[in-house]
Parts: sequence; C-alpha cells; structure tokens
Amino acid sequence: MQNFEEYNDSKHLDLSVWKKLLNISRPYKKHLIAILATMSITATFDVSFPLLNRQAIDRFAAVGTLNGLGGFIAMYALAIIGQCSCIFFFINLCGQVEIGLCKLIRRLGFKHLQELPFSFYDRTPVGYLIARMTSDTQRLGDTVAWGLMDFMWSAAYILIVSITMLVLNWRLALAVLAVVPVIALIAGYYQKRILASYREVRKINSKITGSFNEGITGAKTTKTLVREEANVQEFTQLTDGMCRASMQAAITSATFLPIVVSLAGFATAFVLYRGGYQVYALGTTSIGTLTAFMTYATQIFDPISNIARRFAEMQQAQAAAERVIALLETEPEIADTPEVVAVYGDNFHPKRENWPALHGDVTFENVSFRYTGGEHVLTDFNLEVKAGQNIAIVGETGSGKSTVVNLLCRFYEPTGGRILIDGVDYKERSQLWLQSNLGYVLQTPHLFSGTVRENIRYGRLDATDEEVEASARLVDAEEFILTLENGYDTDVGEGGNRLSTGQKQLISFARAMIANPAIFVLDEATSSVDTETEQKIQAAIRTALAGRTSFIIAHRLSTIRNADRILVLHDGEMIQSGTHKELLAKQGYYRDLYTNQFKAEKQQTLLEEA
Amino acid sequence: MTKSRRKILYSFMKGNLLKYLGAICAMVVSVGTGLIAPLVLAGTIDALVNVSNHKPDAAITLPEPAASWMMARGGIPYLMEHLWLVAVGMIVLYAVGGVFQYLRGRWTAQASERFSKTMRDRLYSHLQNLSYEYHVKAQTGDLIQRCTSDVDTVRGFLASQLVEIFHAIAMVAIALAVLLNINVRMTLYSMVLVPPLFVFAFAFFNLVRKYFLRADEAEGKLSATLQENLTGVRVVRAFGRAAFEEDKFDAANEDYYRKSMKLVHLLSVYWGGSDTLSMLQTGITVVCGVVMVVTAPLELSLGQMVIFVSYISMLLWPIRQLGRILSDLGKATVSFGRISEILETEPEKDTPDAGDYPIDRDIEFRHVGFAYDDGREVLADINLTVKRGQTMALLGATGSGKSTMVHLLQRLYDVTRGEILIGGVNINHIRKQYLRSHVGLVLQEPFLYSRSVRNNIGIAQKGCSDEMVCAAARIANAHEFIEGFENGYDTLVGERGVTLSGGQKQRIAIARTLLKQNDILIFDDSLSAVDTETDRAIREALRQERADGTPHATTFIISHRLTTLAEADVIAVMQNGSIVQLGSHEQLIAQEGLYKRIYLIQSALEDEMNGDPAVKGA
Repeated sequence: MQNFEEYNDSKHLDLSVWKKLLNISRPYKKHLIAILATMSITATFDVSFPLLNRQAIDRFAAVGTLNGLGGFIAMYALAIIGQCSCIFFFINLCGQVEIGLCKLIRRLGFKHLQELPFSFYDRTPVGYLIARMTSDTQRLGDTVAWGLMDFMWSAAYILIVSITMLVLNWRLALAVLAVVPVIALIAGYYQKRILASYREVRKINSKITGSFNEGITGAKTTKTLVREEANVQEFTQLTDGMCRASMQAAITSATFLPIVVSLAGFATAFVLYRGGYQVYALGTTSIGTLTAFMTYATQIFDPISNIARRFAEMQQAQAAAERVIALLETEPEIADTPEVVAVYGDNFHPKRENWPALHGDVTFENVSFRYTGGEHVLTDFNLEVKAGQNIAIVGETGSGKSTVVNLLCRFYEPTGGRILIDGVDYKERSQLWLQSNLGYVLQTPHLFSGTVRENIRYGRLDATDEEVEASARLVDAEEFILTLENGYDTDVGEGGNRLSTGQKQLISFARAMIANPAIFVLDEATSSVDTETEQKIQAAIRTALAGRTSFIIAHRLSTIRNADRILVLHDGEMIQSGTHKELLAKQGYYRDLYTNQFKAEKQQTLLEEA
Repeated sequence: MTKSRRKILYSFMKGNLLKYLGAICAMVVSVGTGLIAPLVLAGTIDALVNVSNHKPDAAITLPEPAASWMMARGGIPYLMEHLWLVAVGMIVLYAVGGVFQYLRGRWTAQASERFSKTMRDRLYSHLQNLSYEYHVKAQTGDLIQRCTSDVDTVRGFLASQLVEIFHAIAMVAIALAVLLNINVRMTLYSMVLVPPLFVFAFAFFNLVRKYFLRADEAEGKLSATLQENLTGVRVVRAFGRAAFEEDKFDAANEDYYRKSMKLVHLLSVYWGGSDTLSMLQTGITVVCGVVMVVTAPLELSLGQMVIFVSYISMLLWPIRQLGRILSDLGKATVSFGRISEILETEPEKDTPDAGDYPIDRDIEFRHVGFAYDDGREVLADINLTVKRGQTMALLGATGSGKSTMVHLLQRLYDVTRGEILIGGVNINHIRKQYLRSHVGLVLQEPFLYSRSVRNNIGIAQKGCSDEMVCAAARIANAHEFIEGFENGYDTLVGERGVTLSGGQKQRIAIARTLLKQNDILIFDDSLSAVDTETDRAIREALRQERADGTPHATTFIISHRLTTLAEADVIAVMQNGSIVQLGSHEQLIAQEGLYKRIYLIQSALEDEMNGDPAVKGA
C-alpha cells in the first residue's frame, strides 16, 4: 500500500529536490533575478525613511531653520515614488512567478497523467492526485515566489540596516545588533513550533470534516442502529481535541510576538539610555540619530522572524515538492517504443497517414496477467476471434472478465504471452492506433460536463452536427434528447449527473457509434432501468454489434444468447466456451447461470407488468 | 438578525462572554502601553533639546506621574543623570504591553475555540437528531459545506477579525485623544489622509470581491476539469483523447491563470496605492511637524513632533485592516445564517406520553396508510397481523410500498393513517430510540463507517467481544472474505482502506445487525446482494438460533427469490401500495394470481431448456 499521508514534513533540507524545482522554474529565471534586485532596492528604501526623519530633526527642527526644506520635500517625495513603484513592481513580479509556475507545473503534471497506465490509477486515489495538482503546486508557487521575496527583503534589510547603524554610531549599533542572534534563535524555535501546532490543527480539522461527512451521509443507517448518541460522543471527543490543539496553537503564537517585541524593547531602552547620554554628555550623537536608532531597534525583529517563518515553511514546501516531483517522475509502464512512435506518432502527435486499417481479427496467445506483486488474475488464456464475431464473456466478479477486456484495449499489457490484432502483436503499433479504433461503453457510463452534442462528438472530434444527430438516431437516443430543455445543446452537468443512468448509457452508445469502431467493447449494465429505456439499449446493442468484432461482459440473456461465442470465466481461466445451444446442452456453470438469470428476468417482467 | 438567530448566537456565546470582554480589555491595555512608549521618548527628547538649548529649568514632558516625580527631584538635570530610569520604565512598558498582548491572544483563542466547539457540536448532534426523512431529502454536499467552511468563516471572524476591529477603534480613539490634547492643527495635518485611506481600503475590497469570486470559480472549474479527466480516464484512453483533454485542461488552466493575474494586478494597485497614501501621510506629518516646530516652537516641541510621527505610523496599518475587515463582514453574517438554518429545523421528537413497551409481541397493521408531505400516497389501507416469531416475506415491484411498510416498523416514518400495534400498543406511543434498538433493520444500501471491519460489525452493541463479532460474521457469511484481507478484522473500510463490493458491504451490515438482540428483524431487500447459497445459509443460521431458546425474532424479508419466499410463514404480494395477495406459499400457489404466475416460471424454464420457441425473447 502506498503512503498517502499528507501531513509529513521533510526532516532535512534536501537540495536535490529544490534543484529539480529550480530546474522546472527555469522559464522564470529573469523574473526571479528581477525579484532579487527589486527587494534589495525596497529594503534600501525601508532603511532610508528613518534616515529622512533623522534629517528632518537634525537639519531643521533641532536647529530651528527651514532652509533647504524644499529640497528635503523633493527627496522625500522621490523616496515615496521610488518605494511605491517598487512595491507595485514586485507584487506583479511575484504574482507572475507564483501563478505562472503553478500553471506550468499543473500542465506538466496533467500531460504526464495522460501517459500513466491504469495500473497507476488502480492504486492511486483520484483525491490524492488532485491534491498534488492543486494544493501542493500552489504551495510550491508560493514558496518560490513569495518565499524568495521575503527572504531577499529580510536579508537585504538586516544587512543594510546593520551597515547604516554601524556608520552612524558603531557603539549603539553593536548594542542593537547584540539582540539579533537572540531574536533569531527564539524566532527559529517558535516559528517551527507554531507551524507544527497549526499542522496538528489542520490534521484534526480534516478529521472533523470527515466526521461531518460520515455523520451526514451515514445518518440514515445511524438512525436504524440508534447510534446517534455514540456518534455525538465520538464527535465531541474530536472537537475537544480540536479545541485543545487550536488553543495551544493560538497561545503559542500569542507568546511569540510579545517575547520578541520585549526583546526589541530591551534594545530600544538601551539605545535611549546610552544614546541620550551620548547626546547630552558627550555630544557625539544627534537627536535625529537617536530617533532613527529607536526606529531601527523596534523594527529589526520583523525581518528576522520573517526569515525564521520562511525556513519553517520550507520544510512543508519541501514535502510538497517531493510529492509533486515523484508524480512527475513516475515512469509510465505502458509506453510505445521509440520505433513505434517514429512510425505511428505518440498520443499527442499521431501520424495517422501511416496507420494501417484495423480489420478486427483478435488473438490472445497464452496470455497471462497479474498485477505488480499480486496473484495471477488471468492464466494462459487463448482465444482466436475472427473479424465481425460477437463474443460474450460471463462469470462471477473477480473471474477475470474485466481483465480480458482491459488487456484487449491495452489498458494493461499481458505479463505473459501476447495479443495480436490483425495478426500483429499490438505492441508493434501505437496505443492511439488501437484506441482510435475502439468503441467502448462502460457499465457506469462516464460523460463529461458539456452539452449532449459535445459528448457524442467526443467519439469523433471532426463529426458534423448532422453526423452527431445521425449517430443519436442510430441508437434511438434522439427522442429523449429532443425532450431535454435545449435538445442537443443541453448541458449534461458534471459527470453527466443531470441525466438518468439509462440516458447516459444511450449517449455513451451514440458516442461509441460515431467513431465507427472496428472493435466494440461493452461492459453491460446490471442496474435496472425502466422497460422502455431497457428496450432501446437492447436495440442499441444490436446496432452496435452488427458487423463488428465485439467483446461484451454480458449480463442480459438476450445479449448472451445472441453472441457467436460465449466464454465462461472462473478464477482467471476459461472453463467453458461455445454457443448458447452448445453450452446449455451440458451440465455446468453456464446452465446454472442461465437458469437463475432467466428466472430473475422473467419474474421482473411479471412484477413490472402487474 | 431574527430573534431565533440572536438566541442561537447567544447560546454559543454563553460561558465565553467574560473571556471575550477580558480579551478586549487586555487589548486596550496593550494598545495603551504601546502608545505610551513614544510619549516617553518624546519627553526624553524634549529634555535633551532643552539641555542643549541651555534651558535646564524647563518642565519635564514625560507622561505623568513620571514627570512630577522627576520634577520633585531636580527636574531635567536629575533626568539626565538618571536616564537609566527612563530605560527601565521603557522596558517595564514593553513588558506590561507584552503580557497583556499575550493575554489578549490567549483569551481570544480560548473564547473563540470554545465557541467553535459549541457550534460544531451543536451542528453535529442536531444533524444526528433530525428525522430520517430530512436526510433522505438532504443535499449532502451543501450540508457538509455549511458544517465546515461556513463554520470556519464564523470562527475566523471571531478569532481574529472581531478583536481586530476593536483594536483599530481603540487605537484611533486613544491616539486621537492624546494628539488632540497636544495640538489640534497638527492633528488635522497628521490625519488628513486617514479617511481617504480607510475609504480606499473599504471600497477596494468591496469592489474586488467579484474578481476574487471569478478567480475562485475558475479554480473550481480547473479542479472539476481535472477531476473529470481523472475519473473518466478509461473513456479518455478508450477514445484516444489525450491531446483533446490536454487542450481542454490548458484552456481551464489558462483561464485561471488570467483571472489570478488580474487579481494580482489589482492587489498590486491596492498595495501600491495604499502604501503611497500611507507614506504621503507620514511625509506630510514630518514636514508639517518640522515647519511647526521651527515657526511656532511654543505650539509644538520636537518631542511632540516625534509623537505625531510615531503615532501615525502605528495607526496606518490597523486602519487599512479595518477597511478590509468591514468589507468582509457580510460573509460571516451569511455563513452564520446558513448554519442557523440547519439548527432551526425541528429535530425528531417523541410524544410526551411515549414509553418503553415489550416489542417481542404480535404485530398488527390496522388500516395503515402513508403519504409523503407532498401528498404522494405510498401505502393505502394495509391490514395484517404477524404473530410473534413468524417470518413474513414481502414481494412486489419497485415502488409498490414494501420498503416503506417495513420502515414504518422502526418509525423512520410515521403512519399518516390507521395504526400499527405491537402487543396491542400503538407504535406511536413507543419511544423511538427504544423501538429502534429492538428492531434490527438492514437497509438495501447500507452505510459502513470508516473504521475497521471489526468495529463496523460491533458498532451497535457496546462492549461486544471479538468472538461475538466473528460469530455474527460467520452467520452473515462474511467471516471468510474478511479473513482473506491482509489485516483481517482490523482492515479499514472506506477511502483509506479496502473497497468493498456491494455484496460484501451487505454481509457486514447483516452481521452488525445480527450482533444485537432483536425482537423484530427486517431485511430490506438486503439478502438479494448475496448469492442464493449465502441467502439460505443466513436464514438457516437465524432459525438455528431460535432453536437454542433465545427469544424469537419476528422477521420481515423483502425478497424476489422464490426459495426465500416459499419458506416464510406469511407472504404478502404488494402492488401500488396495497397488499393484493396474502397467505402461505401453499395457499398462494393454489390461487390464481401474481404469485402463482411467478411460481410457474419454473416450469416455463423447463420448456425453454427443451427448446420450446414460445419463450424466446424473454
């Protein structure tokens, strides 16, 4: 089982991860340099304002003259303009890097996800992938852009302010700078703790969300079991924990600032004491310099705690980076060989002109399959199907029915033996060549949000409106489509959930038909739909199968009975095969299955009719 | 806010109000000490200026009582000799300010976290106690949203924004009082840009809200596109649509990018603009201060100018925040309204005279009818008696009312006409929780909790042993497949654990119901997901238990299986909310009707096997 824990932090700084991330950020190299430059300028301005105030005091107020005030005002105005332009500029820069980098990583990730095989999707929850592509990338963008900005500004500020103070009055400067390492130590300690305690809060919070989810979706079952009180008690324990953890987190962060500010207070007080003495007794310091020092001393904790916070956040960001990079570096297990790509093109740039026509002869040659590290789900499977034949596959859940179909579609590749299409091992052709010739209808049909028309056209992107409608008519779906509010242009909702299951099924038939596939694959639905839709679906199946090689995971008697050949699978092996008549004549699995199904269908009909 | 909402708010606040008041007081104290520090600096500067101007007799302008204390000991010269006293005073101020700042943080956290806990607990327990019908109709996504993000919004408001508002107001009020006392004209100069700054912040965040919304929507769309692609990955591959999907995703990605960039741009205008205003205000204060100190030194001393400059730089940030918070205020109100809506829904209740009566008795339906609130009739005039310990089977098409009929026995719904009697007691007079804990009901689509298999099975029976869990799992024919899991009974169910098939879920649900003592046992079509053998084995096990002398459970089974139906004591065939046939298997096959026709399928099947073309196309 893969580890899907999302609250892990990396313990140590791993430079290789950041190097990889920096490599991805290469298109933003210029931006990053510009951020570095701008932040140094901004920091310089930040240091210069107290100096301007110092001038105001020492040049004018303290000596009682306004000579040169015009020049001073102009300087002040220039500083304001300069500083505000910098602010405007770096926000835009950082935004561009943050958002642009997110976009870039998401693009790379998405493209890569399109290449990863089904075995990957089998073991990775969709929610996990979405979190990588959304919150993790967001965090990376944030860290690279704003983290860098904060870092740069803080470092530049500390450096410039130190130099300025040393130049103005090195004795006072040393006094102020003495608190810097102390503040740095405390800030480092606290920022780490604050971050850790808030992570704890988030952890519990996601549990609370889960609890609400369960409490609401499971409410009906809870009632039948009279679990309300027990549920509430468990929930209360959770919120108790939450209350404690959040208070702890808030109190920890409430402790931090007062301590740091008080430390800065020591520095300020010392400056006032020593500086005042220097002013009145020694005359080595001016009043303006004294106030400037006071300002610097009260402000210096800010960049320090900034750096500490960003360091702590980097650990989280590193964990995110590791997960994202791991995703980007996952090797696709099913890939066309370079020779195949050279001739037939890849998934994104097919060379259709080189594609041979697909007739539909299918051969399974000693095919076996097992999941990585798992047991065999299919063993030594042999099958020869002539173009145009209809094959029905029956068997219990877990008998290997779906595996046969998935192998045929090359969603998985055999771990032993080979599969030939038109007499050629399908690994010698591109995936897209095969999949472009497939018609595929799933038991639980999946539609995309968009209109009915767009969904049908998914089968062949260059189909005209007329062809879309013809295809819908072919499977008798037009009648219900026209009753929808906007006909073919009705939005089907996310995942098609504004339509009923039966309607979705009909549309997915139309979608498969418009592709005019040579091979048709169908996982027949077991869910009951109303009789009328059911009959339409039956008719659609008959239309779909005519003249095509087809593989159907079959449940309905009519489908099974009409097949050219029926395969009975059990525990990954074919235990019976033949026509309906042949199989029915023998005692065995098929005969039992058929009797049961017959009774069920007949009874259903009687009950419905009554 | 309506009266009931105010009442809800007050009930959340209860017990925390004092903490809140304390937090606000602490905040005022810390703001106060923070504002005293510049006064100390100013007093010292004025003294320094007077010394250098050779006016050691001038008054000390430190805040009282420090000024009088110093004056009494020799005035400015004493101060100059004892500057360390000022430094110590400064440190004390910072320390006191720090302590109160800490208290403010601590008390706010305690109050707001307790408040959120109360809010969450109330929501959760209220939801648990709402009626079955409410949950059948509920939009789960929306409910979860209210319980999580709306709660967070309200919490965020209480934890930071509310105190922040008071903070800004206290700061402005105290500062204004001090400054006006020093010099009215100078106060005017130093505040001239404050109202525009506030309005700018307030208006900006009001204005920009729709851009935030647009970016949020674009982000939602991006996630949805991604989600759809990932869940539909089979379809994408089967049609070889990777390139098409990439275009679609790129478009959504680009759209989100553009809308976020728009936001960044707007925000850069905001920060650039408000920073310009702030710095301008500081600049104006400095320049006006200088001019005043030089031209009218009696009106404004250098130290006082420093007070103005320090205060104004301290004020600008909270004022910008205030604008932002006030423009966000509506969100918290809306969220609180959405939470209140849930709490205002009436939970299910028992009548005051409801009591606990024995349930292991005969059950009688007397002219029972049931219709939903909207008038749709589901059951009409049901009359039947089931003797204690009997097994009753129900057969009927989807929507014929058989599920509703058995749901009535757990009072998940209450009859709208007639009455149901258990041992002669009207079911409406029996306490719901008592009734439900004595009636085992296995729903057609049972819900499993995200915990271990063992805990799922033992969930309805406090303190049951592992042996009891295994025994129940054996009866439900679940033991074997559970043992097949890597972690056996400790396997987690749900998202982070195994994915169970429908039949497996059913069997666990059956086991968990069998584990508790039931006087009435109901299978709502829940045996159909298991195969015929398992179905038989389960019923067999139930019968065996009866032979042990344990109390007989009266059993209701909804099923389509003839073998299951045939073994019941009474069979009811239902159609459109009425019982059309009632009797034992022998009685029903002897009369013309639906049951006999279904029974006769068996012989039709034999015809089919013999190749009779008449049944072709069934």
